[in-house]
Amino acid sequence: MTLSLNTRAFIVSVVLLVTLLGIWEAMNPVAPSSGELSEFELLMGAADQQARVPPPSVVLSHAWQELSNPFYDAGPNDKGIGIQLGWSLYRVLTGYLAAMLVAIPLGFVIGMSPLMYRALNPFIQVLRPISPLAWMPLALFIIRDSEQSAIFVIFICSVWPMLLNTAFGVSGVRRDWVNVARTHELGPLRTAWQVILPAAAPTILTGMRISIGIAWLVIVAAEMLVGGTGIGYYVWNEWNNLDLASVIFSILMIGVVGMLLDAGLGAIARFVQYRE
Amino acid sequence: MSQHFVSVEGLSREFPHASGHTTVFEDVNLNIERGEFVCIIGHSGCGKSTILNVLAGLDEPTSGVVIMDGKEVRGPSLDRGVVFQNYSLLPWLTTLQNVAFGVRARHADWSREQVNAHSERFLSMVGLSHALHKKPAELSGGMRQRVSIARAFATEPKLLLLDEPFGALDALTRGVIQDELMQICQHTGQTVFMITHDVDEAILLSDRILLMSDGPNAQIAESVRISLPRPRNRADIVNHPGYYAIRNHLIRFLVARSHERPNHRQPLDIDPALDASSSQANNATSSQVNSQHTTHNTTSRGNISC
Repeated sequence: MTLSLNTRAFIVSVVLLVTLLGIWEAMNPVAPSSGELSEFELLMGAADQQARVPPPSVVLSHAWQELSNPFYDAGPNDKGIGIQLGWSLYRVLTGYLAAMLVAIPLGFVIGMSPLMYRALNPFIQVLRPISPLAWMPLALFIIRDSEQSAIFVIFICSVWPMLLNTAFGVSGVRRDWVNVARTHELGPLRTAWQVILPAAAPTILTGMRISIGIAWLVIVAAEMLVGGTGIGYYVWNEWNNLDLASVIFSILMIGVVGMLLDAGLGAIARFVQYRE
Repeated sequence: MSQHFVSVEGLSREFPHASGHTTVFEDVNLNIERGEFVCIIGHSGCGKSTILNVLAGLDEPTSGVVIMDGKEVRGPSLDRGVVFQNYSLLPWLTTLQNVAFGVRARHADWSREQVNAHSERFLSMVGLSHALHKKPAELSGGMRQRVSIARAFATEPKLLLLDEPFGALDALTRGVIQDELMQICQHTGQTVFMITHDVDEAILLSDRILLMSDGPNAQIAESVRISLPRPRNRADIVNHPGYYAIRNHLIRFLVARSHERPNHRQPLDIDPALDASSSQANNATSSQVNSQHTTHNTTSRGNISC
């Protein structure tokens, strides 16, 4: 009996998962509880003399509890995971969309005009390596709004990969295809729309995938700084609460959402992909 | 003002490089009449493709003018359709969409149904009605070149420019598409300017073959009239008495004379078939001469491989 490669890979994945969870569980047993403790006893440290990483069983039951009611809102410091992720997604997508609106047209200009490429290249080379979080104080001062500053930070980190990939894709469009547009008397706008955009689309989508990944990395850090809402704030807040089960749970949720964002753009990338 | 459909006058093109510049061709003069099929043959580096690009408006000559239909050629135009050697289909579009791309550019006011019906008609002319919704990557080289030819014909240009369209195809496919091209041209009366390296292809298709001397500083040396009757058929054409006279003339030029610089501005007008038949007529009394003539032809056929 031979199983398909996918089936075998799935089995190995499951075995690895069970093994790792087993080791984690075995190393961090739940503290033997001496019944329900009063708040006074908890404050006095009677619960456990040693802080432990919660074992997977605790994390999982906590995850179940959170996911079964993801949108509850019980005050500023107690909101459901769905609300926190929703805020983060809102900021990421707003900043990302703004970056798209700037980076793709500008990338076209840079890719099509050697003059603009040379003129703008020094700015890009200096601005690109700056950590997006370094912009935060300046953004806070100028914008005077933590919410919009976080969106600006997402914008500034998403813009570079999209800009450079668009410029690269546009400048690399085969001469023959441009000649086809020229011999058919297509104007510059129609050439851009009907020939260069579809030709460069796979490269542009690669840039967009890189950008969404970076944006999702950066939002966690940005929200730790600006506070209030969002998954980054949630992680930091639960750390302050010493609720490690929530911290681990939210780390996993960050991973899952990031994977879904990438998979979404991956599907779009497959749609615009072409074979020569 | 010349009364030719296309007239090229005093065309030259220089390419700059580190130490000065190279003149690929200079003082090129040629004419094309309406409905004529003209092939241009010459060794690599004589600037055939550059001449075609200048005619297409994709390249600018260093000096000289191209006049088509009474107007100077400046920049590319739908009046001059181009079929490139590497097909130049847009790989993200299907066969039908690729042809419709050209039709929409020509007839911006047409409805989608009109555009598709027009495109399908031209695709059926090249026998591709079964592959309308395939992408270029799913087609063979021959089928791709057919799509490219259909796209060029569907825009109904005044002048069709073919840049070695069959160079990358195998011999059998090439023959089939040559026949299709010949038929379509017969029906439409299309004016064609084509680059080729294949002497037999040129004789089969052309009304006239332009022979270029070697580059750099290439010129058009001769304009060889192909006065073989139409419709032509690849199997029978070789039996025509003028065929090998033409073929030998072309081969001799390419092998022995192409490096000589022509000492005349306008290409010499030559009709080898006429010369052959007149010399035959002079010797028509002797059937022996005729048979000798044929043996001579068959031997020379064996020699030719270039």
